[in-house]
Amino acid sequence: MLSDKDRIFTNLYGFHDVGLKGARTRGDWNDTKGLLTKGRGWIVDQVKESGLRGRGGAGFPTGLKWTFMPKAATPERPHYLVINADEGEPGTCKDRDILRNEPHKVIEGALFAGVSMNAHVAYIYIRGEFYREAEVVQAAIDEAKEAGLIGTRACGMDWAFDVRIHRGMGAYICGEETALINSIEGKKGQPRLKPPFPAGVGVFGCPTTVNNVESIAVVPTILRRGGAWFAGLGRPKNTGTKVFCISGHVNAPCNVEEEMGVPLKELIERHAGGVRGGWENLLAVIPGGSSVPLLPKDICDHVLMDFDSLREVQSGLGTAAVIVMDRSTDIVRAIARLSRFYKHESCGQCTPCREGTGWLWRMMERMATGEADLEEIDVLEQVSRQIEGHTICALGDAAAWPVQGLIRHFRSEIERRIAARASRRAA
Amino acid sequence: MPKLTIDGVEIEVEAGTTVLQACERLGIEIPRFCYHDRLSIAGNCRMCLVEVSPGPPKAQASCALPVADGMTVKTDSPMVRKARRGVMELLLINHPLDCPICDQGGECDLQDQAMAYGGDKSRYREEKRAVADKYLGPLIKTCMTRCIQCTRCVRFMTEVAGVPELGAVFRGEHMEITTYIGQALDSELSGNLVDLCPVGALTSRPYAFMARPWELHKTESIDVLDALGCAIRVDSRGGQVLRVLPRLHEEVNEEWISDKTRHACDGLRVGRLDTPYVRRGGTLRPASWAEAFAAVAEKLKTVKPEKIAVIAGDLADCEAMMALKDLTDDLKVVHRDCRQDGAFLDPNVPAAYRFNTTIAGIEMADALLLVGTNPRREAAVLNARIRKRWVTGALKVAAIGEKVNLTYPVAWLGTGPQTLKAIAEGRHPFGSVLKGAQRPMLILGQGALARSDGAAILGLSRVLAETSGMVREDWNGFNVLHTAAARVGGLMLGFVPGEGGRDGRAILDGAGKGEIGFVYLLNADEIDTGALGKAFVVYQGHHGDAGAKRADVILPGAAYTEKNALYVNTEGRVQSTQRAVFPPGEAREDWKIVRALSETLGRPLPYDSLEGVRARLVAVDPAFAAIAQGPAVAAWGIFGDPAVAIDAAPFAASITNFYGTDPISRASKTMAECVAEMNGRREHGGTGTYG
Repeated sequence: MLSDKDRIFTNLYGFHDVGLKGARTRGDWNDTKGLLTKGRGWIVDQVKESGLRGRGGAGFPTGLKWTFMPKAATPERPHYLVINADEGEPGTCKDRDILRNEPHKVIEGALFAGVSMNAHVAYIYIRGEFYREAEVVQAAIDEAKEAGLIGTRACGMDWAFDVRIHRGMGAYICGEETALINSIEGKKGQPRLKPPFPAGVGVFGCPTTVNNVESIAVVPTILRRGGAWFAGLGRPKNTGTKVFCISGHVNAPCNVEEEMGVPLKELIERHAGGVRGGWENLLAVIPGGSSVPLLPKDICDHVLMDFDSLREVQSGLGTAAVIVMDRSTDIVRAIARLSRFYKHESCGQCTPCREGTGWLWRMMERMATGEADLEEIDVLEQVSRQIEGHTICALGDAAAWPVQGLIRHFRSEIERRIAARASRRAA
Repeated sequence: MPKLTIDGVEIEVEAGTTVLQACERLGIEIPRFCYHDRLSIAGNCRMCLVEVSPGPPKAQASCALPVADGMTVKTDSPMVRKARRGVMELLLINHPLDCPICDQGGECDLQDQAMAYGGDKSRYREEKRAVADKYLGPLIKTCMTRCIQCTRCVRFMTEVAGVPELGAVFRGEHMEITTYIGQALDSELSGNLVDLCPVGALTSRPYAFMARPWELHKTESIDVLDALGCAIRVDSRGGQVLRVLPRLHEEVNEEWISDKTRHACDGLRVGRLDTPYVRRGGTLRPASWAEAFAAVAEKLKTVKPEKIAVIAGDLADCEAMMALKDLTDDLKVVHRDCRQDGAFLDPNVPAAYRFNTTIAGIEMADALLLVGTNPRREAAVLNARIRKRWVTGALKVAAIGEKVNLTYPVAWLGTGPQTLKAIAEGRHPFGSVLKGAQRPMLILGQGALARSDGAAILGLSRVLAETSGMVREDWNGFNVLHTAAARVGGLMLGFVPGEGGRDGRAILDGAGKGEIGFVYLLNADEIDTGALGKAFVVYQGHHGDAGAKRADVILPGAAYTEKNALYVNTEGRVQSTQRAVFPPGEAREDWKIVRALSETLGRPLPYDSLEGVRARLVAVDPAFAAIAQGPAVAAWGIFGDPAVAIDAAPFAASITNFYGTDPISRASKTMAECVAEMNGRREHGGTGTYG
């Protein structure tokens, strides 16, 4: 369990002053200049040493990602940092709390990341629905500018750094980094082909790194306390702390910062007040936001919450949005609802996702009522495989995985419904 | 250069090549819908999946994957086949599968690929999607339910045609291709969408339900409705031309043709002259060939050679012009011209009337001055080539003339000859742009030459070309853009006034004054027939257009799809049309008519076979021997007269109506619909109707 001295987001719940003054009392902006003068190599090395893996869902090592940027920027091709605050994954609400209660951590992290990657401008792409959050962040940017922390001479250094907010319009797909880049450019939010990767050709054709809000927000603390401190938390290759979002059938849904690798059961029982009706009433958990396969209770009993442990049980940490479902849940309908979400949010560019997500959803709706044949369960499985891995971005995978998880663990439930309906009709 | 192994065969290709292109080099066909050689890569249909190692253990889209050294590609492994079958099934679930009533049937990429990767039955039990049809104008019929969202059409309109009026709206399975404004596409190249569409979503509206591809007789020919000589394929059935499609010709039209080239062909079926006519008692009455020739011969006996004139029009072929020239020489007739628009073109210097840079050469140019030309109307496919060069960022374009939208940004320097004069005399800043360019170009349009000061404009353009380094050993940037397929051929074979003869302008002038008593019009319709006065007019041609209306004797000829005839395009490229169908009724090939007339006049021409006329052409200009071999470099010389006083009037457009430049397109119902559509669009500027 994470001890309070190792907590990064000490104002996650907004109990204290959100403004610059309050942030300073929590240690933000403390000797930022001193850290910056240690040089960009040092910053990148610390982040690498910390073992920080991207908090947006894919878990790509952040320090490594930063090194993909070209070494020197040219005047024609400036570098950009883009902070992905288009938090749209169902079940996930960690970035929202960070933006609203810890905006200075994001801005300070952006400055460190910007300096380390030669970027003078950072865009924060905020989901359109986060209207108040955008106001809070804008106020924080203004405060930081006023205080000379960013602006033409950031922290009194010879480094111009500006943070700009770009508000999205509410499309889930714009959280995909290249669709997000298109959206910033004013184009239709459709993912781009890779290669070229954003580090080569990103916003306005210039080298760009896109990072999640949480990944950026933890950077100042990592630099203050050292990469080794962060790496000492959690498990090897799955280091540090993580904000978990626990929702669903728990007694006290919450966002909580915990060590990576915390047992799922402990997370739910200690922080979320336990499963409604007790642990034995648990049916299944979606451990990482709507796009990862669900886990039935017997796996939930002992699984650890980190990237690699969850991968071993054929699921994923994703955004660490834990969706808890007790025995009252109609599990097939629940997954059918997710299928409808992906059908609705598919950008329509690639064939498998455009056509397949709709097919999945329609089949899932019938599975929920049992209006199907037994063989169709295999068709459903196969269609999900036809989508998975065959698309430009990962939305196709995200649509396929929940369905695959359902069939893997709850096939008998689907079969039971089909048989029940058939016998009702026969009667 | 990276070396990779594809299906066990090693190949070395240039860096930056995609895996799909590398596979094609080896002759391995990769199924694709969204990928097209001449468009940007979208990578969205996911049909071209291949197995690649090293790399993630999943199939990858070969169209968007650059080759890497040491790559191993499998194009037909079980994994690839499974992945492609999966994508094909998904493509078909919402496709209506209405092949029996679809015009694309038999030439449909989706149909073909479904034969290879489709299932034998559908597993899709849900209701299929239906999409409202869109109105894209009189040329394109839509059935958007069939659309597979490959976005080729969107990319073509945006990238090649330069008219970004198509786009995809909505997302997911609701994504639809539409015009943003619900109007016909304002492009001269929109017909190409039909070829690009891999399914039956966009089909040809005029050709709708006319024929199946396997019923058609296919003839490879060239187009004559503008001066580019685009490579076309003429599809006919039962003696009727049903449609015209482009053929690949990298040096001329790549694989595009203009809407006129493609869709004017229905004009070949109507308004035809299928029998000779002789005017008796003020009315044209059908006659036999013997009667018609007798009427001409009788009249010729009464007219002195100095009162006889001949004019060749825009569609005249080289053989007919050669025969008519030889006949007029024999009759001592000197009033003769192939420049019916009165353009000042110097027949003595080949470089003075050719597109010397060549069409493909545009892709090397870095500065371009357009003088009195609207290439978008006069040569739509060539305009796309200019745009293609501009898109690379290497071409600066400026123009003198009427301000129009050419689909790429143009610096409008002025409207009339005084601006040209200023540049030629080094008094204009654009002169230094041309001088500073590596490969500067000038395109002189007929709008600048067909005026009374044409000689001065031609001369000034020559001076400008010489002083700004356009004429070098390795580069000739001086270009004349013609609008008529007959013009360059006519000038090459010398269909111009003889010693003391009148040119086109003077012939009309003389006819009006009664100084010319006999005028022979060979395919000449775009002249002011009212100016012919009381002259006796013989019209030889294939359509009852302006010339035939005024004629006293009509000799029915063959259209370009009905004869094997030579045409020389604006570059000086000699090409031959091929006969796809026979001329209607009594109509005959044009050179044969002239040959038969010479027989009647008792002065038979010394040849009586196609080979004979062509041998005569080669004797006049050896370039005629180089059929389909591309233009030879033309010799430079002195031409034009910069000293002639210029007229301050702005350059007028040589083509005001793109859809009606010649008797064929004027007879075409489809072209008339295009005119109405575009007029309606421009006048109301309002909403279109969904139809």
